Amino acid sequence: MQLIFEKSKNGRKAYSLPECDVPDVLLNSIDSKYLRTESPDLPEVSELDAVRHFTQISQRNHGVDSGFYPLGSCTMKYNPKVNELAARFDGFTKIHPYQQEKTVQGALKLMYDLGSMLSEIMAMERFTLQPAAGAHGELTGLMIMKAYHQNRDDQKRTKIIVPDSAHGTNPASATVAGFDVVEVKSNDKGLVDIEELKAAVGEDTAGFMLTNPNTLGLFDENILEISKIVHDAGGLMYYDGANANAILGISRPGDMGFDVVHLNLHKTFSTPHGGGGPGSGPVGVKKHLTEFLPVPVISKKEEEYYMDYERPNSIGKVKSFYGNFGVLVRAYAYILSMGPDGLKEVAENAVLNANYIANKLKDKYFLPIDTECMHECVFSADWQKEKNEVSALDIAKRLLDFGFHPPTIYFPLIVHEALMIEPTESESKETLDEFISVMRQIADEAENTPEMVKTAPHTTVISRLDETTAARKPILRYLPFY
Amino acid sequence: MKLLQELKYVESHEWVRVEENKAYVGITDYAQDQLGDIVYVEVPEVGTVVEAGDQFIVLESVKAASDVYAPVSGIVVEVNEELEDNPALINESAFDAWIVAIDMSMSNEIDSLLSAEEYEELCE
Repeated sequence: MQLIFEKSKNGRKAYSLPECDVPDVLLNSIDSKYLRTESPDLPEVSELDAVRHFTQISQRNHGVDSGFYPLGSCTMKYNPKVNELAARFDGFTKIHPYQQEKTVQGALKLMYDLGSMLSEIMAMERFTLQPAAGAHGELTGLMIMKAYHQNRDDQKRTKIIVPDSAHGTNPASATVAGFDVVEVKSNDKGLVDIEELKAAVGEDTAGFMLTNPNTLGLFDENILEISKIVHDAGGLMYYDGANANAILGISRPGDMGFDVVHLNLHKTFSTPHGGGGPGSGPVGVKKHLTEFLPVPVISKKEEEYYMDYERPNSIGKVKSFYGNFGVLVRAYAYILSMGPDGLKEVAENAVLNANYIANKLKDKYFLPIDTECMHECVFSADWQKEKNEVSALDIAKRLLDFGFHPPTIYFPLIVHEALMIEPTESESKETLDEFISVMRQIADEAENTPEMVKTAPHTTVISRLDETTAARKPILRYLPFY
Repeated sequence: MKLLQELKYVESHEWVRVEENKAYVGITDYAQDQLGDIVYVEVPEVGTVVEAGDQFIVLESVKAASDVYAPVSGIVVEVNEELEDNPALINESAFDAWIVAIDMSMSNEIDSLLSAEEYEELCE
């Protein structure tokens, strides 16, 4: 496919500007040092060229609007279009962050109310909406934990404990926040090993980061005991909200003993995700940590909403202005349109769908931890790999031929040849059945015609990429298509 | 499973070849097979002091980035520069592709490493 620059023809154009409604400015009235001397290198194409070009690009993409997208741990649920409608209201799009507070009361109310709703859903005292994405939320939460210990003049707490099933961002964020990371192993049920945790905590423990349900899609049933062990040692409990979709309206991190949580609005609360971002990673805290939240927090005095900067123990600002506001509007619209009962159904259906897939595929694919899962199930391609050298990567590539986005592969790291499937609540039984039948067909192909799987994809615009050479000898400069 | 009898092994899948007071360190054939095609090797600088158990090398494969742990304590005295341009050597011949050499500060640490049989048992 050509770049739009390669389609350019001198003098061709796709615009007709309306009559100018402001006075003309003569170029010679501007100091020449501010004037460019050559015209900008812009593509010159007709309107039809432009439409076709971008339509073709969009057709080479896969999004949740084009097909099933069971990318584990990413919660690629449908983004309802009513969210987009709300985000496009003039009152939200035509305001400026420097406007006086009294002229943006609606936007402030939205942030205030969204913070309150998230607090209720997660059993926290208060939220900041500033962090721009999940990992940014982690960093913010960890900075708050650090400020808490330092404010108590407890300087020994330098270690953050994470389980070996954690998302890679957990140890990375802890390192960026200036902590040392201690890893604890999972037990044979895929849950935190209590004895290992007991041995790991001490007076140097700043906190424990846990995703619950974890990356194996399992709810840690010992969570209350875990919280007690960490709290007794003087540490704080951090909840990674990556998998919060599984517990909406059913259980709450605050009730499990967590002190800090982050949520991914672009996962759990249906805002655009991945290349369609930006994301949003609000952080909620219990009462004993609210004084450390980033400034400004949105507060309410009588009937007026305002930005509160008078918070001497705050960790400061973590994002320019007030966070990715347009994303907050979408999440707010989603929560209001779902309501409490709707959000509970989200969790119930997400869990039901994952268990349905797990049970319909476990005779064809190895399910390392064969128990009821939450919102996602983690298979291993070990059987296929051992017998016919067909790997998780091959199976993922073969799925492309059927129009499905592959699941997450090779994560979590503690499962060999992992295939991590998260269907989300959005999908119908018919879609799940179609996916199941394709996965069963691929398992049969791996057995009978393994080359078919190993050389996939066959029907996509681009065939299998040589990822190894691409990484070892990357070509970093664009080569024109002729 | 491909193993060399004369080498020592660590449960985190490193091998060690001792030459006088120097310990040459690489990863096992089993480990390279699990990692898949290795595309980048990040090594410590010569002169880095390491303790047994320290994470001191990062291997990046098409699947994931993985840590390599120092099997023994000492000072890094050599790094295999060939791997910088050609990390595939580890996939092609894991037991020839040493990554670094450590001048050991406690050579008796070698005694606590695994033999080929012990390591093989562990992988099964």
